[in-house]
This record gives sequence, C-alpha cells and structure tokens, in this order.
Amino acid sequence: MMSAIDFAQLCVFLVLLLGLSWPLGKHMAAVLEGRDHPLARVLGWLERGLYRVCGVDPAQEMDWKMYALAMFLFNMVGFAALYILLRAQALLPLNSVGLAGMAPDLAFNTAMSFTTNTNWQAYGGESAVSHLTQMLGLTVHNFVSAATGIAVLTALIRGLTRRETRAIGNFWADLVRSTLYILLPLAMVLSLALCWQGVPQTFAGAVNATLTESVAYEIPPSADDFKADPTLKPAPVTATEQTIMRGPIASQEAIKMLGTNGGGFFNANSAHPYENPTPLSNLLEMLAILIIPAGLCHAFGRMVNDKRQGWVLIYAMTTLFLGFIVLCWWAESQGVPQVAAITGGPFTGNMEGKELRFGILNSALFATVTTAASCGAVNAMHDSFTPLGGMVPMVLMQLGEVVFGGVGSGLYGMLVFAIIAVFVAGLMVGRTPEYLGKKIEAFETKMCSVIIMMPLFGVLMGTAWAVLTELGRGAVANPGAHGFSEILYAFSSMANNNGSAFAGLSANNALYNLLGGFVMFTSRFWLAIPVLALAGSLAGKKMVPASAGTLPTHKPLFCGLLVSVVLVVGALTFIPALALGPIVEHLQMLGR
Amino acid sequence: MTIKAQKSAGRPLFDPAIVRAAALDSFRKLDPRVQVRNPVMFTVYIGSMLTTVLFLQAGFLEWTGGTGEEKASFILAISLWLWFTVIFANFAEAMAEGRGKAQAATLRQARAETPARRLMGESRDSASESVSSTALRKSDIVLVQTGETIPCDGEIIDGVASVDESAITGESAPVIREAGGDRSAVTGGTRVLSDSIVVRISADPGETFLDRMISMVEGAKRRKTPNEIALNILLAALTIIFLLVCATLLPFSLYSVNAAGKGTAITITVLTALFVCLAPTTIGGLLSSIGIAGMDRLIQANVIAMSGRAVEAAGDVDVLLLDKTGTITLGNRQASAFLPAPGVTEAELADAAQLSSLVDETPEGRSIVVLAKEKFGIRQRDVGSLGATFIPFTAQTRMSGVNLPGSRSLLKGAPDAIERLVADAGGVFPEAVAGFVQDIASEGGTPLLVAEKTQGRVRVLGAVGLKDIVKGGIREKFAELRRMGIKTIMVTGDNPLTAAAIAAEAGVDDFLAEAKPETKLALIRKIQAEGRLVAMTGDGTNDAPALAQADVGVAMNTGTQAAKEAGNMVDLDSSPTKLMEIVQIGKQLLMTRGALTTFSISNDIAKYFAVIPAAFVGTYPALGALNVMGLATPQSAILSAVIFNALVIVGLIPLALRGVAYKPAGAGTVLRDNLIIYGGGGLIVPFVGIKLIDMALSACGLA
Repeated sequence: MMSAIDFAQLCVFLVLLLGLSWPLGKHMAAVLEGRDHPLARVLGWLERGLYRVCGVDPAQEMDWKMYALAMFLFNMVGFAALYILLRAQALLPLNSVGLAGMAPDLAFNTAMSFTTNTNWQAYGGESAVSHLTQMLGLTVHNFVSAATGIAVLTALIRGLTRRETRAIGNFWADLVRSTLYILLPLAMVLSLALCWQGVPQTFAGAVNATLTESVAYEIPPSADDFKADPTLKPAPVTATEQTIMRGPIASQEAIKMLGTNGGGFFNANSAHPYENPTPLSNLLEMLAILIIPAGLCHAFGRMVNDKRQGWVLIYAMTTLFLGFIVLCWWAESQGVPQVAAITGGPFTGNMEGKELRFGILNSALFATVTTAASCGAVNAMHDSFTPLGGMVPMVLMQLGEVVFGGVGSGLYGMLVFAIIAVFVAGLMVGRTPEYLGKKIEAFETKMCSVIIMMPLFGVLMGTAWAVLTELGRGAVANPGAHGFSEILYAFSSMANNNGSAFAGLSANNALYNLLGGFVMFTSRFWLAIPVLALAGSLAGKKMVPASAGTLPTHKPLFCGLLVSVVLVVGALTFIPALALGPIVEHLQMLGR
Repeated sequence: MTIKAQKSAGRPLFDPAIVRAAALDSFRKLDPRVQVRNPVMFTVYIGSMLTTVLFLQAGFLEWTGGTGEEKASFILAISLWLWFTVIFANFAEAMAEGRGKAQAATLRQARAETPARRLMGESRDSASESVSSTALRKSDIVLVQTGETIPCDGEIIDGVASVDESAITGESAPVIREAGGDRSAVTGGTRVLSDSIVVRISADPGETFLDRMISMVEGAKRRKTPNEIALNILLAALTIIFLLVCATLLPFSLYSVNAAGKGTAITITVLTALFVCLAPTTIGGLLSSIGIAGMDRLIQANVIAMSGRAVEAAGDVDVLLLDKTGTITLGNRQASAFLPAPGVTEAELADAAQLSSLVDETPEGRSIVVLAKEKFGIRQRDVGSLGATFIPFTAQTRMSGVNLPGSRSLLKGAPDAIERLVADAGGVFPEAVAGFVQDIASEGGTPLLVAEKTQGRVRVLGAVGLKDIVKGGIREKFAELRRMGIKTIMVTGDNPLTAAAIAAEAGVDDFLAEAKPETKLALIRKIQAEGRLVAMTGDGTNDAPALAQADVGVAMNTGTQAAKEAGNMVDLDSSPTKLMEIVQIGKQLLMTRGALTTFSISNDIAKYFAVIPAAFVGTYPALGALNVMGLATPQSAILSAVIFNALVIVGLIPLALRGVAYKPAGAGTVLRDNLIIYGGGGLIVPFVGIKLIDMALSACGLA
C-alpha cells in the first residue's frame, strides 16, 4: 500500500522543507544576531517603540542568571494572566455562545500548557474557550512561548560562540525580535494562505445548520450520577440541528503550527475541516510545523561561523525523521490483520481514525511531523493507529523532542545531545571533550544530565503515578495493554511539551490536570534554565582552536554518532515501558 | 630493587603477589565508607544487600512452609553474583593500586630513617650534632660525607660530590652535584659516593620528593581528576535514570498483570537484577583502576606526575615546546662542508683545517678532523712529530690553531675575527669567502674560517660549515604529532635565520629563536590565551616560571630543585624526548575511559533482550518473541545477564590496566576505529556471552 504517488508526496514535502529552511535560516541568523535585514527596515519603528515603552535597552546584555530570571518571570506573569482569563472568560466580551469560566484545575493545566508551548488540551476547544480567550490568551501564548524557545536557543548559541564573557544577550530584545521578525510575518503569510484554502476568520459566532437526516444517539449518564444510581440508563436523543462553531480560526491556526504549539481551535484539531480543509492546507501546515526548527539549524550554523555544523544537525534530524516516518507509514499501510479478516474486502491499510481527504501517508506524515516537532496538532487520531504506527509518535516525543523539535527548544535539546555525544566520543579520541572549541567539563555534564533526565522523569513518574491511582486508571477507555499505551502517551506528550494526545483517555480530571500541569512546568523550565546555565558557563570559557586532534563535529561519522546517542538514551529508558504497551500490542495483534 | 630494574624486568600484568594482595583487598573494600565513594558501584552494593535480605526472607518462608517472592535458591544465586560484581570491581581497583604499592615499597626502603649530622652554622667546620633524619626541618644545615645517605631533600651550599641516585632514577651511573648553578639539588635517600657536601634542607619530613613520589605511586592522596569527575556525573545520571526505569517498572507491571489478568508482578529480585545489569557497572567498576593504571604507566616510563590532573592535561596538549639541543638536534654542531677560497683546492683547505684542529678538543674541532678523514682520507697526525705548537682559543682573539715550523701558522675562527686578522695584516678579504659565510648562515649553519699566516701575510683559505645535526627519525615523529593535532615549537637560543633553517629541516611547525626565559614564558602565555594547552620540559632554575606556567611542565630529574618544584611532572630519565611519550599516555588514559563507557552502555541493549521477556512473559506470553537469544528459562535468562555483567568486569581488567591500543592518527580515524571496536563490540559481545552462560547453566542443570 506504500504507493509511488505517496512516495512522491513524501519527497515533495522533504524537498520543500529542506529548501525553504535555508533562506529562512539566513534571515533568522540576521535577526538573532541583531544585524540589519529587510524586515528591520519595515518594522524597526515597532521594535524601537516597544523598547521605549517597556524601558528596555536592547544593547544592555545580561548574564545567564539575569537572562533566566527575565525569561522565567515573563512566562510566569503570562501564565497568571492566562489563568485569570480562563477563569473569568464568562464575564468578559467576545463570548458569543456564553461559555462558562474554566474549573480551577483545568484552567491551571491549560494555562501551564500554553505557557510551556505544550498545548495539551484537556478540553474541547470550541466548547470551552471564548473568542477573547482564544485570541488574547492562547494565541498570544502561541507567539511568546515559541519566541521564548528561540530566545533560550539564541542565548545557548551565544554561549558557544563567545569567549570569556558573562554576557549571553538581552532576553527582551531576543523575545521581541523573534516575535516581530520571525513569527509574526510567517504567521501572517500562512493565515492568508489558510484563509484562501477555506479556513474561517470571523468574529461571527456559531451557525445552526438543519441536518438533512436526523441523527439518533444516546447520552450516557455522568459518572457521578451513575455512581449514585447504577440503574440509570443512557438517555436517547434525536438531533435535527447541528451547531457549527466559527471564529478567528486562520490566525490562530497559523501560529499554532509555526510556533509548534498545536493547541487547536476545535477539539478535533487539524482533522477538523475548518482548521485543515484541503490536502494543500495540510501540506502547508506540516511545512509550517517544521520550517522554523529546521531553519534554526541553518541559523545556528551561520551564527557559529561554520555552516557545516548546522548541516550535520539537519542531517541527523532528517535521518531520524525518515526512519520514523517510514516505520509509521509502513505500519499503517499494513493495517490490522483481524480487520482484514473480517471485511475480506480490498485491503486498504488502517484507515480507522483517519480523514479520507488525507489518507494513510498524509496522516502518518502529519503524526510524525507533529511529534518530531513538539507541535501536537493532529489530523488523525493517534489512538487508532496500529500499535507500531502509534508507537512512532510516542517514541518521537520520548526521545526528548529533538528531531527538529519545538521552536528553539528542539535545537537546544539536540545541542545537549551533541554535547553528550561529544563527551563520550571525545574521550575516545584521547582528549578532554570539546564542542565547537568549548571544553566540556563537570558543570556542563551536570547541566546536560539534568536536561536529559527531566523529561524522562516526567514521563516515567507521571505514568507510574497514574497507573497506581484509581483516578488515573479510570480515565482509560481501552482495556489491556492499549490502556497502558494511552497513559504512557499522555505523559510522554506532557513531559516533552508536545501536547498531542492519544484520544481515548479522559484526561480532564484533577490528577491529570494537576500532575500534568506540574510535569509540563518542570520539563519546560527545568530544561530552559539549565540550558541558560550551560550557555553562561560556555560563554565564560576560552575557545580551543580546532586541530587534527579535535573531534570533527561536522562529518557523517559524528552525524551517525549523534543519531545513535539520541536513540540509545531513548531506547534504554523506554524499552521496558514500550514493551508493556505498543510492543506487546503489536505482538498480540500478530497473534504471537 | 629500583624502579628502573622493575621496569626492565617488565612487571607482569598479573604478578601473583599483587593478585593475592588484591584479592584480599577486594573484600576489605566492602566497607561502606569505601563503597560510597563510587556512586555507581554503591548502588550495586545496596542491591546486593537488598537481595541478601530477600533471600533470608524467602529462605525463612520456605522453611516455614510458605514461599518468598522468588525461589530462595534463585534469589541466592542473584544475590551472590551481585556481591561478585562489587567484589570484582574492588579487585580491579586493588589490582591497579597493588602495582603502585609494590613500587612504593621499594621507594620506602630508600626513605628509611638515617642518622644525619646537623651543623650549627653554614660552614662545614661549625659545631655539629647527630640527629635522626626525621628530626630535620626546612633550612636546617647538614654535612653529608662519603658513603652517607643524604637525609632529606636540599640544596648544596658548599662542596661538590658524586651522588648515587639509583634509588630514585634507577640509573646506576653516579651524577655530580655541586654548590651553585643548576646541579645543586640533592634528593633525600640518595647516597654520596665521594667527597662531602654541606646541604641546606629544603623540605620538612613527609613533604620530600620521595614522600610525594610514594604517595603518588600509591595513589593514597589520589583525588579525582576533572575529567573523571565529569564522567562520574554522567554515569551517576545514567544510574539515576536506570534506577527510575526499574522503580517505575513495578507499577507498570502491576497495571499490566491487572490488565492482562494473568501472571505475577515483577519481583524486587528481578528488578534489582535488571537495574544492576543496566547501570553502567562496567565503566563504574573500572573507572578508578583506569586512572590509577594511567599513573602507573607513567611511572613505568620513569615519570612521576605530581597530580592526576597533569596526566589528563597531557592528553589535551596542543603545543609542545621542545628545546632544540638534545631533543631535536644532537648535542653539538658538526662540520659538514669545506668551501675553499678561489685558488685553493678543497683538499688543501681540508688539510689546513684538520691541522688547525688537531689539538682542538672541542666537539666542533673533532668533527672537522672526522670530516677531513671522511672526505679526503686525511689521517690523524701527531702534533709533536710535526713540530707544531698549539695556539689556544682566547676571548680576545676568538681564534685557535697551530704554529708550524717555518713561521707558518694556521688559524681558524669566527668570520669577523678572521676578517679583522686580514685587515690588521693589510690583506684583502676575498669576496667569495664572504659569500660562503652568508650561505652557510642562511642554511642554519655556523661558518668558521681557516686562514694561513706566513711571515705576517694572511691568506684566507676558505670556510668550514658547521651544522646542527637533526636527530634521525625526528621528522617522522613530528609528522606523527601533527597528525594527532599537536603543534611543535622549537625553542633555541640561535638567531632567527639559523633557527628557521633547523626548524625547516626537522619539520617542526614553528620556532622561538633567541629564546630567553622571559620570551619563553611570554610565548606560553600567548599560546594559552588562544585556548591551547602547552607542554614543555626544563631543568634550569630560570626555566621554573615557564614550567609553572605550562599546563604540563616536565622537570628533568637532573635539574634544580626550583625546576622540580615548578613543574607538575618529573622525568627521572631526564630525557628530552619523554614529552611525546607522556602525551601518548595521557591520551591513552582518556581513550580507555571513553572506550569502556561506550562498551558499558552498548551492552545494555542485549541485557534488555534477556531480562524483559523473562520478566514479563508470564503476563504477556507474546513477549516471548523478544527472547531472540532463545534463553532456556526466565530464571536462567536473568541469572545469565547478571553473571555476564559481573564477569565482563573481570574480563576487562587487563584492558583497564594496560589501556586501549593506541596509534597516532587523526581524531576522525581514532573515533571510527574505537566506535567500531567498543561500540559495535559492546552491542554484540553480550548477546554471545549471555547465550553461552545460559547454555552452561542449562548444561549444569541449573536453569
């Protein structure tokens, strides 16, 4: 079922991605280095105006602690503002269908989720969040959480390129520049393109459509009512009308992708025709997810004055990406033998939970793209993938979101892996390890260890806690190993700031909301702050000039090594858990 | 027995005496205070205790008719092998230490308490008292006479003596030590063979050179080196991750048992076994032995490092500062060409030059005689029978030569001296010879002119080119260093022109001409400011600042006390080429660490394939498909993995002690080779090993 036309589509996607990332990388390097670029001539007044209003001197650089403090406080203030907005939305304007304020635990989870660039949604977008909240709260966070990622990355790159200094840049300047010159222009272009493809952009509220055929269904009693009276039966309902939500969707959709956020306007996310109407919009959205993370690799290469260093990261990421997409595509194309046995019809692969307008390849590709990056938008239900097909997005998240990864965060994660790879390999060539001329010593290993460990902790401990509690187990819809996969997926997603979900888990309860919120918080900031500490420590070091004895970090050998380190760390950590989830599901499916 | 003697004897890797002592020590090291210093092995230690308790519990329950979480015999087997893992790691460390200890013991003999004659004043005639060497303090003055042992480190302030330093250097030929200059330092424990000297003590007891040597070789004061600390952090992080992986596996297993409705939850015994298999015990158990063994290899090379940090830095060195004389060139200049003036044949010039040098005992003079014989077969002649008299070299004339019968004399000297001689005699200095002088100098040689003086008239016969002879094979050595990414800088007092020529011939990357201690220091600082690490050797007191500044400063044992204090290594052989060997040992140390880390981590994949199906096949029979090795039973699978994990430590002890094979090559090549051997090997070896152990267990009916 892996047809030539599908293969051609995959190639088109990769060529476009790699082709477009090069000029974007060039532009981003200019922006992040504070050099002159065309957009600065157009929007420079706005940048300067913002600095003046906020009393920021962009030339005043910070040491890592100041930088981290500014980054953290900014995000925490944003978190508090979003929390208040979510709780109070009922009292605020632009609430066309009169939605209530969010419950405290859900509001905490949602605010944390958007602040940390996770966009885990334990609620249905259209039925829980007002237009004002979508625009002022969620969309704003979609921009600034992505910009925060770029800022932290920029600080790390400065740490690698500067010598014997404490200064790693000005957080406010990095934040403003990445928002104004990178995210905003791209988001505007993409919004218009999506509008063209049919994504609504309106303040008008819902419309009611009369169904051509009435639909009969049952509403089950709520869990609490059922507990009080187990004899309650589901209430039969016949629907003749459908309420279709509209709103300022295109603008949010664009940054949701570009900022690797993933929080949908609708519950169905990019599977919904209003978020992702056509195959072309689907292609644009997938490109939008990976374009900035890929471009940042080139920007990195330029900023460290050795473009090959950027290329080698692109190669490593692409290699991993290709491996995973092929596995996912293959698994979905194989389908489920039991289904094939029942239908007996023409074999179509696994189409459960997929949109017909996207088909197998574009669903598998979207799933791989969205979890390779820390986006989390979905155009198909990952829960309905085959065991191995569903394992692909899960593993991509568990690897730490470094295969392109989140905006900024993916690359700084990958650089941490590069440092670990250099550490072990550097020893093997008989020198104290060095990366880009910076010696990797005890402090760096300590920070890198923390950065690698934090998400692993979140996934494993979160999952362990959930399977130990009644509340955690109760949220699972499917029996057997698949239930475990659902919980594992949820914490893999939250602890790696992805935000996509295996549907099938009713995650809106206090345990998932509070524990999940905490996990998202730690794996965002307990990574970002050690990264900044790393930047500060590296910036203070001398630069060792490269020689024949230096481990070359731009060669295919290093690329292979980097790929192996990423895979081995992930595999060693998650093989036991995966064995009890998707792997055993797969073996059982095959009837072993 | 001396170090040198031991070296030439080639201490075998597993000296029975050392093995016996190490075996005992590996049990002594079970002390928790020792164990806690190594975080990785400490977790294994805790695991061993935990399984021991579980065994006792299961044993008790089985005795009372119940059952423990596993069969008591299985828990016992696991527990024993976990203990073995700890003991094997202890053994590796004890082996490494044992080799050092044996050396320390011989050094101690030299340090034995000796009587000393303490003087009341600085003169050798002042009143004296007899005290024990241990009672001596810094700046005490002692008199040491023929046959006596020098009681403590010090500086000779009066007298000259030949000293037997074989206790420290292993070199049996006595050396001359005298007051003043660069040969005034004496070391406690060495013996005066002739004459007597007055020595000012320069170290308190316990701080002498010998004491420091003993503590270094023993590893008693061994502190973890920076890179070792960094690696330890990474290993600790991995250990924590695996601890978490195993700890969370219990709830996962409980859930799975519940979901599948069959099987039993994973037991603590199996979890502990899995954890120990996954934790980087191979490198964790061998890490300290690698460090000690690196130091030991340095000692085998007759170099004493004052800190482990210096050994590590040696691997990182980017630039070697090498003294020209002795390292790059043979000690002295030698005649290489005769360039006759117009109207003189080369043979005539050679003959004159030889005559003028007959009585000249300087190496240059002798080399002229040799060259004349080589080129023209001019035989050694007897000065007396020729009726010649010698004209000695003086600072005024700067010439030497012979007076021959018939008021003819032959003179040879520096070009300007001969030029003046010609001018004084009213002669003409030939243009051609002036040209030779230029040519020789520009090729890095030193020109000497030969002139004939007959009845007041002076005729220049020609020039003799003296040249530094670059040591054979040194060029290849430098090329090798270049491939390793190490830059060589030649340091010489010569003028830039000469230096450049020799530098080009020897193939060094750069040179420092007209070097003075200050310029040397400035050069080191400049290189360090670029972020590079510098190594150098030195012996004189004026080398001390540069030795202290260099990242690796190797002082010659023949050098002054100041130089030895300033450097962070002492070369007992005082060999100028030792630096290259030291760099190699440093690199080998780091490579061994990296290689075993890679090996240790890649081992884990196979262990998962052994343990995971074994642990969960009861719950999910489908997972039996992961038992790719076809291990007999779940118990034997887990036990085989644990046994392999313990045995691999023992198997790798020789590698840890000897260091990985090292060949000079670029970083890319070295990395590729080591990745294939230790990464690839680490993946495959355990599959084979575990399968073999499982087969052995099955064959013994233990599975």
